[in-house]
Amino acid sequence: MKTSLVLVFSLCFSSFARADWLQFRGPNATAVSTEAKVPGDDLKIAWAADLPGRGLSAPIVVGDRVFVTCSSGPGQETLHVFCFNAADGSKRWERAMRSTGRTMTHNKTCVAANTPCSDGDRVFALFSSNDLFAFDLDGNLLWLRGLTFDYPNASNSLGMSQSPVVLDGTLVVQSENDSESFTAGLDVVTGRNRWKMERPKAANWTSATIWKNTVALQSSKGILAVDPATGKTVWDYSDGASTIPSSVGAGETLYAVSHGITALAPEKGAVTQLWRNEKLNSGTASPLVLGDFLYVVNGAGVLIKASVKNGDEAWKLRMKGPFSGSPVAAGKRIYIVNERGIFQVIDPEAPEGKVLKEIELKETVLTTPSISGGAIYVRSDAKLWKLQ
Amino acid sequence: MKSSFVCLFALAAVSLQAAEYLSKPLDVLRAVQKEGQGNEAAGKAWQEIVKADPAALPEVLKGMNGANPLAENWLRAAVGVIADEALKAKKLPVEALVTFLKNTQNSPGARVVAFDLIHRADEKLAEELTPTLLEDPSSDLRRHPVAKLIEAGDAALEKKDKDAAVVAYGKGLGGARDEDQIKVLAKKLRALDQKVDLPKHFGFLMSWKMIAPFSNADRAGFDTVYPPEKELKFDAVYEGKTKEAKWVDFTSTDEYGKIDFNKPFGMEKSVVGYAATDFFSTEDRPAEIRIGCKDGWKVWLNGELLFARDEYHRGAKLDQYKLPCQLKKGKNTILVKCCQNEQTEQWTVEWEFQLRVCDATGTAIVAAK
Repeated sequence: MKTSLVLVFSLCFSSFARADWLQFRGPNATAVSTEAKVPGDDLKIAWAADLPGRGLSAPIVVGDRVFVTCSSGPGQETLHVFCFNAADGSKRWERAMRSTGRTMTHNKTCVAANTPCSDGDRVFALFSSNDLFAFDLDGNLLWLRGLTFDYPNASNSLGMSQSPVVLDGTLVVQSENDSESFTAGLDVVTGRNRWKMERPKAANWTSATIWKNTVALQSSKGILAVDPATGKTVWDYSDGASTIPSSVGAGETLYAVSHGITALAPEKGAVTQLWRNEKLNSGTASPLVLGDFLYVVNGAGVLIKASVKNGDEAWKLRMKGPFSGSPVAAGKRIYIVNERGIFQVIDPEAPEGKVLKEIELKETVLTTPSISGGAIYVRSDAKLWKLQ
Repeated sequence: MKSSFVCLFALAAVSLQAAEYLSKPLDVLRAVQKEGQGNEAAGKAWQEIVKADPAALPEVLKGMNGANPLAENWLRAAVGVIADEALKAKKLPVEALVTFLKNTQNSPGARVVAFDLIHRADEKLAEELTPTLLEDPSSDLRRHPVAKLIEAGDAALEKKDKDAAVVAYGKGLGGARDEDQIKVLAKKLRALDQKVDLPKHFGFLMSWKMIAPFSNADRAGFDTVYPPEKELKFDAVYEGKTKEAKWVDFTSTDEYGKIDFNKPFGMEKSVVGYAATDFFSTEDRPAEIRIGCKDGWKVWLNGELLFARDEYHRGAKLDQYKLPCQLKKGKNTILVKCCQNEQTEQWTVEWEFQLRVCDATGTAIVAAK
């Protein structure tokens, strides 16, 4: 009895104490931290770690460890996975592998473009070359895949960036392109396919959203929600969607990046459209929902606040752009970093929105920050920073 | 002398032991196949291998010889773990790694790892080894001496020694296999009034017979079998999309060997063209046909389809696709199908490809005629 109590207590304690940001845009790909401890307004650079190669992937955080990927070498064939100590930025381990797929990308992006993800015990690192590695938290290689080695026409000459998600023991990996386009659900233990489905033959850089125990796959055709265990369709919205910014779910609604923003209330097998605002046009950045409001960054670097109830615009705030990465949020603040490396803290509750603070990172940043343990992690091609 | 002998003996003994106890887990890693086959067993075998003594590193590297790229990555990760510990403990078997590196029968990928480890342990030794890698079977290893020769040429120019610069750059170009270094060297040599024949260096096939325009409406032409896929009759005339399709001779004057269908046939859209040429090999041998193309394409060698790719206008570059193949002694016929789509944007004008025949290092294979 006493032991059970201790166990329950320790389990509860660990789930509260552990600070995780396990995938692109954090918890369920919402971009909003669920932790009670939030970063303060007066952020400073706590530490910076050197990175040996390029990367548009965001860092992820599992407990006290920060994981980040890079690609280096003349053709970006060397694929790095790093684990740093969150406390001081010291390196715990690094693994360097070699691409088995194609490494050609547009100059602006690179092979380390997909953000890794974790189920808390394992880290899954996917690269644009379609190389996929599963490590435990101590850097032991658990399994690997070469998805272009498996499916030779699965590649995009501009580069791919779809970040994997993991749910209930299935890793969902997308390789959606003009040729051999697919999404697969892999067993997290073995890396073997549980299911694999053909996807629209069209280049796609969006990442899946986890929403109400489904994985919502976005493409130019729309959004297909599948059961992660089987790949079977749960619902299908077929009115088209963006191929760059990804949708976001909050509460009972999925805010699809489709004809501006289209608010959807999918039920099993059916999708009800709640509202649509075609003026809420996302640029490259994906939207987020904070409280009762939706925030969209348009192509001109303007942050637009709109009601989640009807899509009505509340205000527009011109920020210092341009942006390739997406905004993230914690507590009552939104954080975003522009391509010139200006990190911006925004108060979205100010009457017209307000930029509270700027930190110049002095490097090109094309990626999305991550939030964990009251700190923010940002990376460039050469550095990983902790802001606290 | 005596202690060196004892040391060598001990190393050899460890190596023999390693060969024995590592053979099974290495075989397991080498057995991994597509779609995650063998992953579970490989995960366990990997755990055994990473516990190996650093002296076993050459044995683990040897496991990469003849391994598929997936197995190579399993082994690369294991080597990394063993080497990290060995470097911390200053126990990296540098001499054995040098021996491994010098044996060019070992896999290029494994030798690159060996050189990197030597570099991490003893930068000076790596510098000393660098000039020996200029004609290496690994294009990755060649990069190091080529970079040194570029530096040497630049230093000679600083001292106004043009002749020495030309020698260094020329030697560098002879060894260079990567486009970025070749471009730099060609520019520097030309600035010194030296002739550089890039098509010859790369092995681009410049002269082709070409025919077009067949229809690619709705992109269906990619899978449509038009007459050139059934017969190569260069005096034949076929019904084309907008006009008669006839074979014409075309020789590229582009330094990067671009074979541009727009030149003989005009800027057509939603069309298919074919290009055929013969490559005469001095022997039966393995080779690579390397193609760069931003249109849909297929390549056949002696009637066998090597690869097909239906991606349009996402970019092209040298050696974008590497197609391993087997050349036969004498005539080898290469047929390329190049499909232009319906897009009208300015950046979708290109209807072209570049193709070269080389070995796995990227060294041009010289045609018999």
